[in-house]
Amino acid sequence: MSEQDPSEVFRIEARELLEQIEQGLLDLAGRLGDRELVDAVFRGLHTLKGSGAMFGFDALAAFTHHCETAFDRVRKGQAPATPALIAAVLDAQGHMRALVEDPGGAGDGEALLAALHAAVEAGEGAPAAPAPAAASRWRVAFSLPEDALINGTNPLALLAELRELGACEVVASTGACPPFEALDPTRCHLSWTVELTGQVAKSDIEDVFIFVMDDMTLAIEPLSGDAPAEAETPLPAADAAPAAAAEDAAPRPQPAGEARRTEQTLRVGAERLDELMDRVGELVIAQSRLKQIASQSPDAALRSVSEEVERLASELRDTMMVVRMVPISNLFGRFRRLVHDLGRETGKSIELVTEGETTELDKTIIERLADPLIHVVRNSADHGLETAEERLQAGKPAAGRIVLSARHAGADVVITVSDDGRGIDRARVRARAESQGLLAPGAQVSDAELLQLIFQPGFSTAAKVTSLSGRGVGMDVVKRTVEGLRGVIEVASTPGQGSQVSLRIPLTLAIIDGLLVRVGRGRYVIPLSAVEECVELSPEQDLRSTGRCLVSLRDRFVPYLRLREVFATGAPPDPHQKLVVVSTGEARVGLVVDQIVGDHQTVIKSLTRLHADVEMFSGATILGDGGVALILDVPHLVETGQQQERRLAAAG
Amino acid sequence: MSQTQAHGPAAEAGEIEMLTFELQGEAFALEADLVREILDLVPETEVPGAAPFVPAVINFRGKVIPVADLRLAFGLERAATTLDSRIVVIELELDGDPTLIGLRADRVHEVARVDLGAAEAPPAIGMRWRQDYVRRVARRGAEPLIVPDLDCIFAARGAAGAVVTPLRPNA
Repeated sequence: MSEQDPSEVFRIEARELLEQIEQGLLDLAGRLGDRELVDAVFRGLHTLKGSGAMFGFDALAAFTHHCETAFDRVRKGQAPATPALIAAVLDAQGHMRALVEDPGGAGDGEALLAALHAAVEAGEGAPAAPAPAAASRWRVAFSLPEDALINGTNPLALLAELRELGACEVVASTGACPPFEALDPTRCHLSWTVELTGQVAKSDIEDVFIFVMDDMTLAIEPLSGDAPAEAETPLPAADAAPAAAAEDAAPRPQPAGEARRTEQTLRVGAERLDELMDRVGELVIAQSRLKQIASQSPDAALRSVSEEVERLASELRDTMMVVRMVPISNLFGRFRRLVHDLGRETGKSIELVTEGETTELDKTIIERLADPLIHVVRNSADHGLETAEERLQAGKPAAGRIVLSARHAGADVVITVSDDGRGIDRARVRARAESQGLLAPGAQVSDAELLQLIFQPGFSTAAKVTSLSGRGVGMDVVKRTVEGLRGVIEVASTPGQGSQVSLRIPLTLAIIDGLLVRVGRGRYVIPLSAVEECVELSPEQDLRSTGRCLVSLRDRFVPYLRLREVFATGAPPDPHQKLVVVSTGEARVGLVVDQIVGDHQTVIKSLTRLHADVEMFSGATILGDGGVALILDVPHLVETGQQQERRLAAAG
Repeated sequence: MSQTQAHGPAAEAGEIEMLTFELQGEAFALEADLVREILDLVPETEVPGAAPFVPAVINFRGKVIPVADLRLAFGLERAATTLDSRIVVIELELDGDPTLIGLRADRVHEVARVDLGAAEAPPAIGMRWRQDYVRRVARRGAEPLIVPDLDCIFAARGAAGAVVTPLRPNA
């Protein structure tokens, strides 16, 4: 891979900065007076402006400058942080994003700036936060981390900035210097004490150090009794600054060139990880071939090497999995903004609660889950939650509540979106399904089946189409995406109490445990997570049930499919066929196979576009002997089985 | 029907290297730089329900790649595999993604220098195939050498029929 394009590097950084600014703003909306948050947002904006200008994103820098100025005023206590200001900057963020992606083509954002200025001016009259105390003489003692010079911090520039504030007397302390022979000239061993004379506020002095504050020690104290009454006790800046960091696990904006000493992280392109994953997959395949050869060989040394390779390959695979995992908080964070916007658009007051943000999931899955989850949350906000008046009448708190939660369940992660709204109106679902021809009028269906109808293409119960939802594209797309991830979607709803949509997603897409079966001459893999049980299909049962493919298992009828017929193998069936019962959620279906070969850990290879029309298989895998086995798409097969059952039921 | 424009790098170059191979006695050629590898017969895994044009997948160096049968696109009959049968693995862009595809061949000949400039556009008559599937008809000695338009064939997923001008009955 070639050198990275510098502007691409900036884009990545800018996206992160924008995200941090957004999180800061949303936090700030809840705690308007929080100075730490104001500072954090200001710093983010300032860095964005600075690096933007450095990388030639001038339009972005110019635009960001206005937001930065507005926040600078808040920070200096000249204007209060108001909800209007926060909303204006949040709105302006979209424009900044556009400028990051396409510096030339993103309009001029005049309207946004006008809104911003209006918000700032509206705040002018209101009582501002108490102006920080000013004193006439200050003692500023500071020292920099040892690697400050290497990281590009110039102490002289800091001192020069202090001088701009007023007359300074600078004393450098060499106390921490090592003996001359041990002195490393690239390290910073000095510390400084500066006596500053001038009418300046403490915050002005702190501003000088704003970009190095996190790592340095800084003490600022007023001199000679003329300290203002409310002067704060001097605190090491290291304690004061990152209070927000504790609340927010995401890394704080790092000024360019000042990487933190302790963090040894590396930014790696996702496609390189994918490549690595492919290699690991190939290694696992090669290893299982080796194992097969070794098991047939009398050579003890070969067997022992084979076992060692097996152990290493499996550890490597596990490590690789961990590397690809990211906490779901990355995904949940985006929903705070969405819910904020939804609240404004719908005029409802919505509270978002997230749970289990530390749950980790494969990165590619997280990316692909974003859109479906947005649909579900939009649906909750638009259809599920009632207006404040309706809620109060129903005896609920005025603010609706949407809970996003994630938790592990075996090899799966369950992500749930629940709301405390009005619940799904069964009668309307039924009426709509009947008018769409999805359901025969008066047909008997179970409650779960009725609710599943909302995932049918073209289905929407919204009486009127809003900009949020109700276009009839949505839930079916959600379902397809989730099934594409080999996941299952379920919905539960209590009228008047709310609804709950659960997505059950496997932890990783790359490897599954599968049951290897043989049908005719072909070998196929059934994902083990979907397998409920395996039973023998006796020849009598097989013969007897030619007309209706149903077997009775534990007092329940299970429809089954003869894979031999589905795949048109043309081979005669084995005398002892097996029935593998698979399920997705509630629905179960039996698959008749010729032989169960055993369980098999499988590296999933996707099929190319040339086979995109083949719905029965979700992928393929390479077996120990180098052959290819196809992986069955269980949700699709279950659906086929259920349809068949319905047809049989309708026939009589 | 207008004359099919030759495209790709071959259009400008005069003589280029092409791999020649045989399907049911007809000689075909494709740009040598598309070819990744020529495999002796490997076990194919049939994909039930797939289009007959791409009936199977194979394991190619740890990747699962589709096997396509150009015979289907050209309405040729499928023959049993022989000792000479090979799979030509090519890399082709499918909807923007570079994709490895195995092509079945009855027999693979040499890599020959073919003068595409001197090659003719496919004749409007005298062919029993979809004209848009044939990019050029070059010459090897007295025999015609067919340069298939792989982009077009794979975009149509090898659907035979449509623009066919049969002069002799299908074999």
